[in-house]
Amino acid sequence: MSVVLVDAGGTNIGSVRYALQRLGVDAALTSDAAQIRAADKVILPGVGAAGPGMARLRELGLVDVIRSLTQPVLGVCLGMQLLCAHSAEGDTDCLGLIPASVNRFEEAPGLCVPHMGWNRLSPVTTHPLLKHLEQGDWAYFVHSYAVPVGAYTLASTDYGGGFSAVIASANFHGMQFHPERSASVGAKLLKNFLEL
Amino acid sequence: MLSRRIIPCLDVREGKVVKGVRFRDHIVMGEIVDLALRYRDEGADELVFYDITASPEGRSVDRSWVERVARVIDIPFCVAGGIRSVDEARAVLHAGADKISVNSPALERPELIDELAAAFGVQCVVVGIDSMRDDDDEWRVRQYTGDPSKTRSLSRRTFDWMIEVQRRGAGEIVLNCMDSDGVRKGYDLAQLSVARSVCSVPLIASGGAGTMEHFRDAFVQARVDGALAASVFHSGAIAIPDLKHYLQQQDVVVRLQEASGHE
Repeated sequence: MSVVLVDAGGTNIGSVRYALQRLGVDAALTSDAAQIRAADKVILPGVGAAGPGMARLRELGLVDVIRSLTQPVLGVCLGMQLLCAHSAEGDTDCLGLIPASVNRFEEAPGLCVPHMGWNRLSPVTTHPLLKHLEQGDWAYFVHSYAVPVGAYTLASTDYGGGFSAVIASANFHGMQFHPERSASVGAKLLKNFLEL
Repeated sequence: MLSRRIIPCLDVREGKVVKGVRFRDHIVMGEIVDLALRYRDEGADELVFYDITASPEGRSVDRSWVERVARVIDIPFCVAGGIRSVDEARAVLHAGADKISVNSPALERPELIDELAAAFGVQCVVVGIDSMRDDDDEWRVRQYTGDPSKTRSLSRRTFDWMIEVQRRGAGEIVLNCMDSDGVRKGYDLAQLSVARSVCSVPLIASGGAGTMEHFRDAFVQARVDGALAASVFHSGAIAIPDLKHYLQQQDVVVRLQEASGHE
């Protein structure tokens, strides 16, 4: 099986790659359109801001490439947000592959932004990506923007109200948390993605 | 519900983990990767590595061990030590660190925080603050604390600096209360409580943990998001699984390894 990590300048590419290596998969790091199209699985990592993230995909000529993919695609953290229609971060139009918008967390007493740390996952539907995921499993989050709960939500998390932790639409999937840094729960979810 | 984080801190010097008392007299505690794996297995929520002599020696962090840690560790970790530029930060993040922490270099040139936040997002940017209470009862910031011969007292007040770093783009603040560091008499709850009131980003307590009650007090009384400690974990005085079960009994939300069962 060939797995590629789209090199769009995100800084967590190394950790995602190591997490896949721990699962026995050597993923190629690439921004080459042909290599991305030919892969069995495509992962869009990314840490940073939505505007620069989309700008980088445009510079690399990858916007239409990603839109045209039919194999399973996984966006992680910012990578997930880029799969959505629009992000409030820098008022950015994103890839539009999952019909969702990305909003900023509203600061409230006792509610720090960014949402940083371990929080619990609640599956809201059954999906192969969530295989063996238990209610209340912990995942590691670091983000200031989030996707509301909607028809595309597979699992939600509570932080001053529910938001989407895992989303999917057709072959496009997203995880708001960092599976590569979510210990055994994260490894389980990455393994599920590899088995889609 | 977001859990409170337990964060072992590994001070790195010449490629080994060391521990000093009140930032002095360091002894070697073990190999970096061995200790990182041990804490991961015990249920640490995050790890912090400080290359403690990088800043006083005017060099950036040694990246070879950052990559070794990133390969084996599946929990987040933060790296600190003499990071002075966006390029140096990028290299550490690309080596696999999840966050970078700046302290002395941010005091030298506060714009560094703005630049890091613009380049990587605030969620990557941790600002460490070393703070001591002066004779006039005011808390003020210290610089170059990794080497006692180079440590400097600054006129900058701790809470003024804490407000400024948030405005500039700090996504998390680690407050090292130096008066209590390494002496295991408890976190500085008075200072941390004031810090909490001026800190709208995650706040991590550092310095003084000696007993499990000290962790509870920091979470319950000072409402910090995470508690960082070194000597009690390195020495085995407190085992992380015992600490987490204790905290859970005290109604502090913690991540236990199994989602079902105990919870």
